[in-house]
Amino acid sequence: MIAAARTILRKDLLIELRTKESVPAMVLFSITVYVLFHFGLDRDSLDGELASGVLWVTLLLAAVIGVSRLFAAEREQGGIDGLLLSPVDRTALFVAKAVALFLFLTAVELVAVPAFGLLLLGPGLGAAFPELLAVLALGNLGVAAVGALVSALAAETRAHELIVPILLLPLLVPVLIACAQATEPLFRQEAGPEDLGRWLGLLSLYDVVFVLLSVAVFDFLLED
Amino acid sequence: MPALPLDEAGKYVAGAYVVFVALILVYVAIIGAKIARIERDVSAIVDAEEDE
Amino acid sequence: MYSKGLAPLAAATAVTITTAFALVFFYAPNDADQGFIQKIFYVHVPMAIVALCGFVAGGIFAIKHLRSGDSSWDLRSYVAIHLSIILGVGVLATGAIWAKASWGHWWVWDEPVLVSFLVVFLLYCVYYPLRFSIEDPGRQARYSSVFAIAAGAFVPLNFIAVRMAESFTHPRVLSQTGGDLPGDMRLTFLVSLLGMALLFVTLWKLELTAKHASMQLKKLRNRARVAA
Repeated sequence: MIAAARTILRKDLLIELRTKESVPAMVLFSITVYVLFHFGLDRDSLDGELASGVLWVTLLLAAVIGVSRLFAAEREQGGIDGLLLSPVDRTALFVAKAVALFLFLTAVELVAVPAFGLLLLGPGLGAAFPELLAVLALGNLGVAAVGALVSALAAETRAHELIVPILLLPLLVPVLIACAQATEPLFRQEAGPEDLGRWLGLLSLYDVVFVLLSVAVFDFLLED
Repeated sequence: MPALPLDEAGKYVAGAYVVFVALILVYVAIIGAKIARIERDVSAIVDAEEDE
Repeated sequence: MYSKGLAPLAAATAVTITTAFALVFFYAPNDADQGFIQKIFYVHVPMAIVALCGFVAGGIFAIKHLRSGDSSWDLRSYVAIHLSIILGVGVLATGAIWAKASWGHWWVWDEPVLVSFLVVFLLYCVYYPLRFSIEDPGRQARYSSVFAIAAGAFVPLNFIAVRMAESFTHPRVLSQTGGDLPGDMRLTFLVSLLGMALLFVTLWKLELTAKHASMQLKKLRNRARVAA
């Protein structure tokens, strides 16, 4: 199973490296949204809960783009049928797609988070580290697991670009709550992580539930 | 928050209960329409078989 | 098959709901703080509890469907979710009325149950477009079951998350669902809850029967057409 997962993952990463479709678009989208928020909120710099909210909403919306594209390669070149015919363990497929999404999100955040620090964040980013990394990591894990599941669910519907946002975003509300609440004290002038433990705990619970659930249920998707 | 006087409060409470009852009635009406359609179709089949 | 026990169930529902209404308006005392407005609580909260249980039940039926491959479980899951969504509309409507009467706004973010219900409702609204955009019936049923399971697991997680968030910004004000109700109010609430639960099961059986009959009819019609 691990070998199969690694092969699929390598294929997806190679496609992304070659075509550079998803990740640059997600980065561009994030920065555009920062600009929108600047004009929409009419603010030059944000801190505390406003900063936290803007950052996480932007990242989640960018994640929607990534999730929509996750099975795009298979869909466009008829690769889904190829996958279905081959004796690939569905769990391997889930692991590969989830890890790919996790890596894409991390790549996007490598640019989008410093960009946020540059454009909109009042207090410096430096004070938020290293706790911000923990929040990002656990948050990405949840988004990756649920994103892979939603992407597969919507993969074969006629209107998948419409379904993915309205299906993914409500499911990610607990992630948004936990990440925003955890990051809020990190983005204040006198930064200091308060209650980080309980929000990381919530994120961990969410991640465990949805990773296990997705693994259990993925076998029933994309089968024929 | 101070409680609303009885006549004003009554309207809101009535509204809430009306919503509840209305939902039930609308739902029953829809099921009723569905059953009516089933009955029409059953008669159509019975008629079709009698004609043969 | 599905309609077994429907008539006595409906009768029990009618009796329980009538009793509940009588208790609400003639037996339960007026709340000290909120006055007459608090009566909404006897219809709003049971509806919310039953709807959430309905969503979770939909998930459990979906698990049974995936494990057995028997499509009758998918039908049960679909109807449970469908009914819970309708009840959900009622929860949000009665919740808004309560908010307007208590706080002067049609919506408040203070009450974590109501807020988390909004998120759950938005999620389950996607059930219909997801389900009906898949044409193959076997696949439609399977994907719907996957959704129902994921969404069913989501309900408690979401409630926990929203509750944790609200407890920081807004101390729990409308905490009427706690066990600290005086005896006569608690009895009224429990009877209301029972009535709502019985109503849900009755309507669920009713819709199951109608849908199943409709499906049998379609099969019969196809057979008649083939024979002719």
